[in-house]
Amino acid sequence: MKMTSGEKGFQVILFLFILLLCVIAIYPFIHIASISFSAPKEAGRFGFHWFPRDIDLFSWKQLLTQKKIWIGMRNTTLRTVLGTVLSLIAMALAAYPLSRKHLPHRSFYTMIIVFTMFFSGGLIPTYLLIRDLHLLNNFWVYILPGLIPTFSMLIMRNFFMTIPVEVEESAKIDGANDMRILWSIILPLSKPVLATLGLWAAVANWNAWFDAIIYVTDTDLKTIQFFLREVVVTSADAEIFGRVTGAANLQYETSIKAATVIFAVVPILIAYPFLQKYFVKGTMVGSLKG
Amino acid sequence: MEKAHAVPFESANIPAKQSKFRHTWREYKKSRYLLLMLLPVLVWYAIFCYGPMYGILIAFKDYSPVLGTWDSPWNNFAYFDYLFNQSPEFPRILKNTVIISGLNILFGFPAPIILALLLNELRISWFKKMAQSISYLPHFFSWVVLSGIVFLMLSPSTGPVNYVLGWFGIDPIYFLGDTRYFRFSLVITNIWKEVGWGTIVYLAALSGIDQTLYEAARMDGANRWKQTWHVTLPSMLPIISIMFILSLGGILNAGFDQIYNLYSPAVFEVGDVIDTYVYRQGIVNFQMGLTTAVGLFKNVVGITLVLGTNYIVKKMGQEGVL
Repeated sequence: MKMTSGEKGFQVILFLFILLLCVIAIYPFIHIASISFSAPKEAGRFGFHWFPRDIDLFSWKQLLTQKKIWIGMRNTTLRTVLGTVLSLIAMALAAYPLSRKHLPHRSFYTMIIVFTMFFSGGLIPTYLLIRDLHLLNNFWVYILPGLIPTFSMLIMRNFFMTIPVEVEESAKIDGANDMRILWSIILPLSKPVLATLGLWAAVANWNAWFDAIIYVTDTDLKTIQFFLREVVVTSADAEIFGRVTGAANLQYETSIKAATVIFAVVPILIAYPFLQKYFVKGTMVGSLKG
Repeated sequence: MEKAHAVPFESANIPAKQSKFRHTWREYKKSRYLLLMLLPVLVWYAIFCYGPMYGILIAFKDYSPVLGTWDSPWNNFAYFDYLFNQSPEFPRILKNTVIISGLNILFGFPAPIILALLLNELRISWFKKMAQSISYLPHFFSWVVLSGIVFLMLSPSTGPVNYVLGWFGIDPIYFLGDTRYFRFSLVITNIWKEVGWGTIVYLAALSGIDQTLYEAARMDGANRWKQTWHVTLPSMLPIISIMFILSLGGILNAGFDQIYNLYSPAVFEVGDVIDTYVYRQGIVNFQMGLTTAVGLFKNVVGITLVLGTNYIVKKMGQEGVL
């Protein structure tokens, strides 16, 4: 298609405008990264920080020598891996029966499940339940309460419904039962949607912070998001800022905070190409109505 | 039970009720593996979703941890009476919640639609792809991470935002500590996080529009603006209405993660919302019955709004979510 000059002008303005938005989206991350590597005086300079100047690695050293940061990383990694795998299994166990038209009382079961998306007990009753189940200060509190994200489960169900019945009918004639069909026919056909929902679950687990605040007091069970919050949001972590030893870390507060943010962000940045590819696909699937 | 089923019936003679039961039983038997899979799922929903719903009872009781939920005495709606008639805080948190959500809908709802329309007009496809990738990025981080970033970006003494304002002769603004700017800061930072991500559903809808409609419109002499108004927007209306219902249903969700990580006592007056209040009073100050009542109020309003808007949207001839 040939562009008129008006069209060209429009494209140029649009290009510049979108470019500006991209810079606004991404600059804060560049800023924080630069500051984390900068000496206190440079880190406190008013203005833009496109790259680190006056490089000083003290903040990173201070951060990486904190034992609790690694405890947090361990716990977060563990909950992410375990939470994702178990979530996928639980979602498949829910989604497959609900996707089969011959399941008796299918709409009733679907209804009682969908209802929980619109109505819940709320924070306090949930807390009391978790307490009564003896899940306070228990690693499983990171996994069990969020095991089945209902919205994701319905996306999986919708996907299963699109798989033609003929595929499983031939397996049934060969004597396979429903569990076998799910495992060896349906799931292999659903890899893209499993990848997407798995990544959703993984990111949700990685980013979860509130459960570690409300349900856990044991330092050995805290997650990286919790320690991150103690450093960057509440500035409550006395040790990392050197308030305990009286060392000269105070002036490093800003760059220590910046380093901590980057530390928690890097794993997601590494996974970003995958995240993007599959996350977007899933959102498209999700936009279909159930 | 087993024996009863073993008795052979002549189907014509069985009373209708019994026959139905036998039919259901046979259906269940045929789907036993499916039901076996569904069973643990239903148990999970019963415990972790319906369990807390049972706990809502304490909103109507003088809850005592010793007596437990069931045996605690009823209190004759004392909490609701307090909230609606006496509490100095409840009107404030309700007002803050509605205002912050309202601003989020007013500015945050159209933002991704506009961005999607703009991205859709871009003719340079590599740039379009790159812009999308970049704009999704903040969506993947928790509000804990993003607050750390927002604090530094909006800092009155070192933040680049105030630095840029300085170019225009504006004195540094304490965005997160000043009651005049706090809500505004919430809305802007929320858009920053979610606008790119929000474009996905709209871009999908845009790519599904039949191109011949545009050709026909051009034949009729429609310019770009008219094409957008008469072809693009009407084609996007179904998805826009679904997204709108969902956002209205969440009007009492002002964004706990964001606010809890960004607010401070200095801005409680304008920034304390239902969820932050419930957490502070319920968990930190142990006012469990009272805050359960607040949570119930919020839930009931939420579900009413979803069903209500869903009904209205359907009446208007659009597809709803339910």
